[in-house]
Amino acid sequence: MIDTPLLSVRGVSRHYGAHIGCSDVSFDLYPGEVMGIVGESGSGKSTLLNCMSGHLAPDAGEVVFDTRADGPRDTVTMSEPERRMLSRTEWAFVHQHARDGLRMGVSAGGNVGERLMAVGARNYGDIRDKATDWLGRVEISESRIDDRPGTFSGGMQQRLQIARNLVTGPRLVFMDEPTGGLDVSVQARLLDLVRGLVRDMGLSAIIVTHDLAVVRLLADRLMVMKSGHVVEQGLTDRVLDDPQHGYTQLLVSSVLQV
Amino acid sequence: MTDQAYNFAYLDEQTKRMIRRAILKGLAIPGYQVPFASREMPMPYGWGTGGVQVSAAVLCPDDCFKVIDQGADDTTNAVSIRSFFERTAGIKTTTSTKAATVIQTRHRVPEMPLSEGQILVYQVPIPEPLRFLEPRESETRKMHSLEEYGLMHVKLYEDIARHGHIATSYAYPVKVEGRYVMDPSPIPKFDNPKLSDSAAIQLFGAGREQRIYALPPYSRVVSLDFEDHPFEASKADHSCGLCAAEDSYLDEVIVDDVGGRMFVCSDTDFCEARRAAGHKGKDAA
Ligand SMILES: Nc1ncnc2c1ncn2[C@@H]1O[C@H](COP(=O)(O)OP(=O)(O)O)[C@@H](O)[C@H]1O
Ligand SMILES: [Mg+2]
Repeated sequence: MIDTPLLSVRGVSRHYGAHIGCSDVSFDLYPGEVMGIVGESGSGKSTLLNCMSGHLAPDAGEVVFDTRADGPRDTVTMSEPERRMLSRTEWAFVHQHARDGLRMGVSAGGNVGERLMAVGARNYGDIRDKATDWLGRVEISESRIDDRPGTFSGGMQQRLQIARNLVTGPRLVFMDEPTGGLDVSVQARLLDLVRGLVRDMGLSAIIVTHDLAVVRLLADRLMVMKSGHVVEQGLTDRVLDDPQHGYTQLLVSSVLQV
Repeated sequence: MTDQAYNFAYLDEQTKRMIRRAILKGLAIPGYQVPFASREMPMPYGWGTGGVQVSAAVLCPDDCFKVIDQGADDTTNAVSIRSFFERTAGIKTTTSTKAATVIQTRHRVPEMPLSEGQILVYQVPIPEPLRFLEPRESETRKMHSLEEYGLMHVKLYEDIARHGHIATSYAYPVKVEGRYVMDPSPIPKFDNPKLSDSAAIQLFGAGREQRIYALPPYSRVVSLDFEDHPFEASKADHSCGLCAAEDSYLDEVIVDDVGGRMFVCSDTDFCEARRAAGHKGKDAA
């Protein structure tokens, strides 16, 4: 049995004024696990993800992360420098829109190298070698290393964003609709790649999506959200094949347009 | 004579006190950009209004003032700032680096090492060294406060990736006292080493951007680089055509209309002093 969760979320809530973003969410994520969060647009998936990744301060609740250095720590109450350090070293965040997660004015190599330099890498040759290696791992030709992301296709930009995030060997990856806006064939390739990386690196991940095919392929466990609340959670196959909550049943039978 | 229509050195005493407080704060936190309420000056931005306000705040009646623009005392910009303070403060002015107590500069550091008691005032167009890659001020402020300077090296990385070497040749970023990353103003990187361990007080004023920062005497100032691409204080590989100096920063000047050119010291006072002492370059008459 694995004992300590990598991430332990307890009673996380976030309101926007009187409006609910997400409410009283609790779950544990164990090392190597991939958790999917599904639900229709506006159900609070991004709000929850942003609360867990330190982009948004929850109104209530704890987000306890098992840090390499000091063991379990509540990232909500830790200092901002500590949290930002975690987000550069132990976490990765893949945005839906690559331009939110990339520096468009910087070459592909510079984008990948930034996190290395942010944690103190000062050897150009080493940084370049690592960037080259990572471009290869996300199937971007080495010949594009000095090109800016603006010259890349949508799928390539997304893969570059992944390389830029994984280069420092994080343990937990947050992804918000990583395949949103991509063509179906491009989506499939990206999902394959993500699945391979998660497996090879033993990553844990939390993937927000409204696409059930994405979670079917990637997620070990699933959380279903509606109006800011988690209405059902469990093993992916169980939830999708034998949904208990009425809302999940609608979702799975694709009666709902999500 | 002082023009009686103005307070000493143009600015009123309250404004000067406000600027002095910013300067003192800057000296207490070397390399940190202190906001200040920049005043309208009777000259356009880009003419060194930040430097002029800093000079106005530090000048005393018995100071001797020098102004250099790209190393020269006789450009329009330098002449007009010098005469501005002659008129509004009635102070002595000079072109001699040695004789000056306050030196306002644009784009150069004098070749002659400065001494204790001297103040060097830099005119700064863009004080934020991180702006090139991160335009959001809220974010750059956070980066400074949390010492997150990886982005500065991204800029140097991009340079090497594109040019094979660090091509940034002026406004080359430095780290001050192991803490703040600072833009040294658009001086050539040749001048960067002069910032470190200088006996003089160095003050930086950005008028349009409303920032002042400072280096107290003997501050440690290190130019950023990579282990395998170390910083080099490069200059044109020539000696001065007039004074034969090997170790001063040179300007290339066209000397006739058939493409003739020569290299001469950019620091005119330094060059003249050497010639007066008998040094003679190959192009000297
Ligand atoms: N910045 C915000 N200000 C006000 N309301 C917001 C904000 N962000 C999200 N919301 C609201 O919170 C709810 C959850 O939104 P979000 O987390 O973006 O859902 P999802 O990612 O599932 O589409 C929605 O009703 C949305 O309108
Ligand atoms: Mg969303």
